[in-house]
Amino acid sequence: MSFDFIGFLNIILSGLLTGAVFGLLALGLSVIFGVARVVNFAHGEITALAMYTTVVLFSFLHVDPFIAVVPVAVVFFIFGYLLHGAVIHRFVHRPEHVQFILLLAVAIVITNGLLITFGPDARGVSLDYLLESIEVGPFLIDRGKFYAAGVAVAAAAGLFSFFRFTATGTAIRACADNLHGARVIGLNVKRLYALAFGLGSACAGVAGCMLVVLVDLTPGSGPVYTLLAFVIVIVGGLGSMTGALVGGALIGVSEAVAGFFISPSAKSMFSFALLILVLLFRPRGLLGGRL
Amino acid sequence: MNRRQFHKAFIGASAALLAPFKIVRAQSSKLKIGVLLPKSGLQGVIGQSCQKGADLAPVVLKERLGVDLELMNTDTETNVDTARTRAERLIEEGAHCLVGPFDSGAAAAIAQVAEQRGVPFIVNIAAAPQITEQGYKYVFRNFPIATELATNGLTLIKDLFNATGAAPRTAVFMHVNDTFGQANAKAIGAILPRIDPSFKVVETISYDPAARDLAVEVAKAKSTRADFLLLVSRLNDAIVLRREIVKQRWNIMGIISPGSPGMYENQFFRTLGKLSDGCISNVPWFDPKSPLTKAVDTVFRKQNPKDQLRFHALNVGYTFEAILVAGDAFKRARSTSAGALTEAVRRTEIKERMMIGGPIKFNAKGQVEGNLSACIQNQGQKPLVALPAASAEVKPVFPWSEYKRT
Repeated sequence: MSFDFIGFLNIILSGLLTGAVFGLLALGLSVIFGVARVVNFAHGEITALAMYTTVVLFSFLHVDPFIAVVPVAVVFFIFGYLLHGAVIHRFVHRPEHVQFILLLAVAIVITNGLLITFGPDARGVSLDYLLESIEVGPFLIDRGKFYAAGVAVAAAAGLFSFFRFTATGTAIRACADNLHGARVIGLNVKRLYALAFGLGSACAGVAGCMLVVLVDLTPGSGPVYTLLAFVIVIVGGLGSMTGALVGGALIGVSEAVAGFFISPSAKSMFSFALLILVLLFRPRGLLGGRL
Repeated sequence: MNRRQFHKAFIGASAALLAPFKIVRAQSSKLKIGVLLPKSGLQGVIGQSCQKGADLAPVVLKERLGVDLELMNTDTETNVDTARTRAERLIEEGAHCLVGPFDSGAAAAIAQVAEQRGVPFIVNIAAAPQITEQGYKYVFRNFPIATELATNGLTLIKDLFNATGAAPRTAVFMHVNDTFGQANAKAIGAILPRIDPSFKVVETISYDPAARDLAVEVAKAKSTRADFLLLVSRLNDAIVLRREIVKQRWNIMGIISPGSPGMYENQFFRTLGKLSDGCISNVPWFDPKSPLTKAVDTVFRKQNPKDQLRFHALNVGYTFEAILVAGDAFKRARSTSAGALTEAVRRTEIKERMMIGGPIKFNAKGQVEGNLSACIQNQGQKPLVALPAASAEVKPVFPWSEYKRT
C-alpha cells in the first residue's frame, strides 16, 4: 500500500479538532482541581449528563446542539455551583480518599439514573449537515468536528478571559494561588470555590454538547470521559489551563497517528503510553503549574 | 386370604386400575419449557428480542401441533454463572426441557447442567462449535456453528456478484477486535481462499467496538482504494462507521457483512434513516414466503402491534424454532419424561420451517446441519431478503449508489 500523505494530514487535522473538544472537557477538570483542590471523579458522568440533556433538547424541542450549548452551559454552571454548595463543600477539608468515595458515589448515581431514565441503547443527534465535509484544497474537514472545535476553542478563550480580565476571575486565581492570603483579605472562599466548580461543570456541559455532535452516547459513556479527562490533564499538567488544551490536542493527534501508522486497535494504548512517559520523565505534566 | 395377602392384592389392583390414567395424564399434561435468555445486562436488548419469539410459540404451536406448552421464563442477566444457577432452578421447579440462551458461554454452562440432570436442552442461538462437540446426550442445537456461518456468508457474496453482474476486484476487511470479531476474522481468513472469491482482500483493519470515533479507521480503509468494504461489526460501531464513510466521501461499491449483527437491526434504521439503505448482511434469516413465517408474523403482530418481525428475524426465528423442536418432540413422545422427550428430539425431522435452510434434523452430535444464510439488503429503510432467489423479496442492488443529501 502506498503512503497516502494527504490522508495522513487529514487525520492529523481530524485529531486536532477532536482534541480541542477533549481539551475543553479536561479544562473543566483542571479548573476544579486547580482552584477547589477537589479531584472530580464524576467529571465524565457530568459530561454524559450534559450529552443526554442535549439529546433531549434535540429530540423533543428540535434544538440544534450548537444553539443548546448556551442554555446547557448555564444549567450546568448552576448544577455545579449548587452541587458544591450543598455537598462537596463539606468534604473539601476531609481526606482525599473520602472525597474520592463521595465523587464516585455521585458518578454512580448519575450513571444509574441515566440508565433508568434512558435505557441502555445508544443515542445521538442526526442532522444532515453533520454528514457533510468542508473541502479546503486537498483537505476534507468534517463540518461537525470543525464547528465543535470552534465552540470548544471559543469557550476556552472565554474562560481564559474571565480569569484574566474580571475581578471575580482574579479572586478565584488568588484563592488558587494563596488560600490563606485570600482569606486574610476577606475573599468569600466558599463562594469562589463553588463558582470554580460551577465553571468546571459548565465546561463539561459545553464539551458534552459538542461531543454529542461527534459521537453517540450510552449511560456507560461517563467513566470513559472521566478517564480521558484525567489522562489529558496529567499529560498537560494538573491545574494548568493551557496544559489541558495542549494535552487534549496531543492525545487527539497521537491517537490518530498511532491508528494510521500502527493499528487502529492500538489507539488508546498510545494515549496511556504517553501518560506513562509523562509520569516517568515529567511528573508535573508538560505545562504543569498552578492556575 | 390373610391380612398381608389382602394388602398386596389391594395395592396390585389399585396400581392396575390407575395405570391407564397415569398414561393419559402424561399425554395430556403441558410441557414445561424453561426459557433462559439474557433479558438484562449487555445483551439485554437481544434477549428481549428472543423473548418475543418464545412468547408467540405456545400460541402458534397450539394451533399447528395441538400441544400445550407452558413457558418458564428466566433472565440470565448476560452472566454465565447466573445462566447456570437459573438452569438448575428451572429444573428444580419442574421444567421438562430447557431452551436458550443466545450466548455460547452461557450455552456451555447450561449444557453441563442439562447433562448432569438428564434434561433435554435445545440451544436457540450460539455459534461456538464446542457446544455440540463434547459428546453430550441431552444437548441439541438448531443454529449454524461459526465456520458454517462464515462459509454461508462468503458464498452468498459470490452469489450476489453473480446475480448483479458486479465484478469488484478488491475489498478492505474491517472487523471489531472483540472475541466475536476475532473469531470471525480467523474463520474468514481460513475460508475465503477455499471458496475462490473473485476479489482480493487488500487490507485488514481491526478496531475497538467501543471506539468513540472511527475517523482514523475509515481514513486508513479509504487509502487502500478498495472497491468494497467487508465488515464484521456490532451495532453502534456500524452506525458510526456508516456516518464516517459519508463524511469522508469514501465512494465504495457497497458494504457487505459476511455474517455479523448491526446493519439489519432496528436501531441502525432509526438512527441512520435513508443512510442505512444499500448495506448488505449475509445472516441467518426467516423465509418470508414460508407459511410458518406467515403464521408466526400474524401472532407477532397481535402481541407486538408497534413492532415488526423483520427487525427480530434471527432472534425470534431461531427461538421459535427451538420451542418448535420441543413441542414437536412432546407431541411424538406423548410424555414429559426426560428420556422419552430426549429420544423424540433426537429423531426430529421438521421439513416445514420458518428459517432458511434444510430440514431440522439432528446429527449424532445433536447439531442441525444445513442451516443457511440469506443476503439481506437494506432497501426503503427495511432489511429485505435479496438472496436466495427462491425467498427473495427484492432484487439485490450492487454497487449501491452513493449517498446524496436531499
